[in-house]
Amino acid sequence: MGLVEAILLSVLAASTPLLLAASGELVAERAGVLNLGVEGMMIVGAACGFAGAYFTGSTLFGALCGVMAGTALAALFAALTLGLAVNQVATGLALTIFGIGLSGLIGAGFVGQRIVPAPHLFVPYLTDLAFVGRIVFGQDAFVYGSLVLVLAVRWFLYSTRPGLVLRAVGDSHASAHALGYPVLRIRCLAVLFGGACAGLAGAYLSLAYTPFFIAGMTAGRGWIALALVVFASWRPLRLIAGAYLFGAVSILQLHAQGAGLGVPPQLMAALPYLATVLVLILISRVRRSEGTAAPAALGIPFVPDR
Amino acid sequence: MRKLFLAAAAAVLAMGAAPASAQNKLKVGFIYVGPIGDFGWSYQHEVARRKLVEALGDRIDTTYLENINEGPDSERAIEQLARAGHKLIFTTSFGFMDATVKVARKFPEVHFEHATGYKRDKNLATYSGRFYEGRYIQGQIAAKMSKTGVLGYVGSFPIPEVVSGINATMLGAQSVNPNIKVKIIWVSSWFDPGKEADAAKALLDQGADVLMQHTDSPAAMQVASTRGRFAFGQDSDMIKFGEKSQLTAIVNNWAPYYIERVKLQLDGTWKTGDMWGGLGTKTVTMAPYTNMPDDVKKMAQDTEAAIAAGKLHPFKCPVVAQDGKTVECKGGDHLDDGQILGMNFFVKGVDDKMPGK
Repeated sequence: MGLVEAILLSVLAASTPLLLAASGELVAERAGVLNLGVEGMMIVGAACGFAGAYFTGSTLFGALCGVMAGTALAALFAALTLGLAVNQVATGLALTIFGIGLSGLIGAGFVGQRIVPAPHLFVPYLTDLAFVGRIVFGQDAFVYGSLVLVLAVRWFLYSTRPGLVLRAVGDSHASAHALGYPVLRIRCLAVLFGGACAGLAGAYLSLAYTPFFIAGMTAGRGWIALALVVFASWRPLRLIAGAYLFGAVSILQLHAQGAGLGVPPQLMAALPYLATVLVLILISRVRRSEGTAAPAALGIPFVPDR
Repeated sequence: MRKLFLAAAAAVLAMGAAPASAQNKLKVGFIYVGPIGDFGWSYQHEVARRKLVEALGDRIDTTYLENINEGPDSERAIEQLARAGHKLIFTTSFGFMDATVKVARKFPEVHFEHATGYKRDKNLATYSGRFYEGRYIQGQIAAKMSKTGVLGYVGSFPIPEVVSGINATMLGAQSVNPNIKVKIIWVSSWFDPGKEADAAKALLDQGADVLMQHTDSPAAMQVASTRGRFAFGQDSDMIKFGEKSQLTAIVNNWAPYYIERVKLQLDGTWKTGDMWGGLGTKTVTMAPYTNMPDDVKKMAQDTEAAIAAGKLHPFKCPVVAQDGKTVECKGGDHLDDGQILGMNFFVKGVDDKMPGK
């Protein structure tokens, strides 16, 4: 295996959890709900996903458990912010703190346990192809799933009527309400979808990326996913570019260190964030005339008139 | 924002823990940098705390705060413990040093113990382990087991403790194979399993075939296990994550020290000081030597015995620095403790540049 191939494999793996979590959050935000609890939903997904796989030996069941756990936490968030119109920022932060604690509790008995890592695709001949074989045909299901997910989200948002309605709800809930659309129900579904994706991203960490569970193992990836949504200016396809750029810089800086380039590691560690900020500045300069890209009703609670 | 909320949560925890305890029992507090489920550094402190409760539980109450960020957050957490009536507080990470010093000045009647630091006061003692002794043994084993002659080292931050560990590893390895190479990747974090795994993969991809780490999760061991390579556990026995990969592990054993210090506090004879225990005092212990031929195992055991008995010092003179200059020998026939505690140079044979130099 060549070094470039090895690097690309690592980049794909490092970007996948970000892409999964960001896709879900993007849908929630396009519906006008800012859920800062991604990190919390992710880590609970990691704990429950690991537990599921540990008891059944099945990666698929583990992933399902992760999805359900993320959805359950999102349901709590939806009940508070949509049902009771509680402040979304505060609730999201609380959800993250709650999730980190809850995952520690759920996962306490699983620390130090082992599972079989998620299987990688193997197509005879194709996977053995030089260079592209393992990159294109040798990934685990999560990697393919994350790309399918982004494409599906894009198709849904821009090519279907429900997607159009969802975007309308996110841009002007009053208008959507006046037209007779069930604003809160749509937002609730979007939030649940966001939770499911975050849970899946967490399950990826504990089932495939580093197949064990340890408290706090998401280590801030939920926050990066949140930032990626802004980075992508709420457009699904740009998420792919953002996630892979971030993943690539994260992995390349490690390789640069191993190769002994002599750049201070503190600067190297900051590179992925620096790159993100730079691209953000560039994007904002290009699109200044178009106005803000954020959904107009993002983070604003909707209370229907009685 | 997140840190702020975590700190607030920690503060609430500390206050909540306060009124529950009985009046006459000594209250002992612990601050951990990671989650106790990290299976590494913080986990070993927690293991020791539980042993302490087992030994003296009828006379003391213990409180611990986990996941406390280094820096200003830790100052609030430590102060909360002090305000809540804890008379002896262990702060268990290097980055808590300045915060501990500050709080210790504010609460002269409370006794503090800071792990791996070097700032002391009349109510602030320090304690640490001579982990470099274990690393010297690991270096010898690694050099014997490596086929490519390249070792991979996942580092956290270039602080003296980590640097002296790298140097001890290299000196040990060079005693077996003078041409051994080491690749170092700093992940700028003590605990980020994903990043540690990425760094481990990068090292293997670049030709290293024995991994060591100075970070807190078993990710590197797990990667070595998946790739069929050798690795060393860190802080605790990680054999579960690499049955066919772990050669040995440095296991931190803080319990004897905690029990001794708490007894002194109970007797009213606590005094400040500095404890730096190694293999000899069993503060540092080695996990069983596994996955290696008998001759390598014998060599490792002999080295361990020699270091424990004080016959062999990993930093025996002459120590030659990266730039080719011989380091001044302040400890007689080996470097003295101050030189090891403040080590900020790489020994000859490490190709990497010292960060920040």
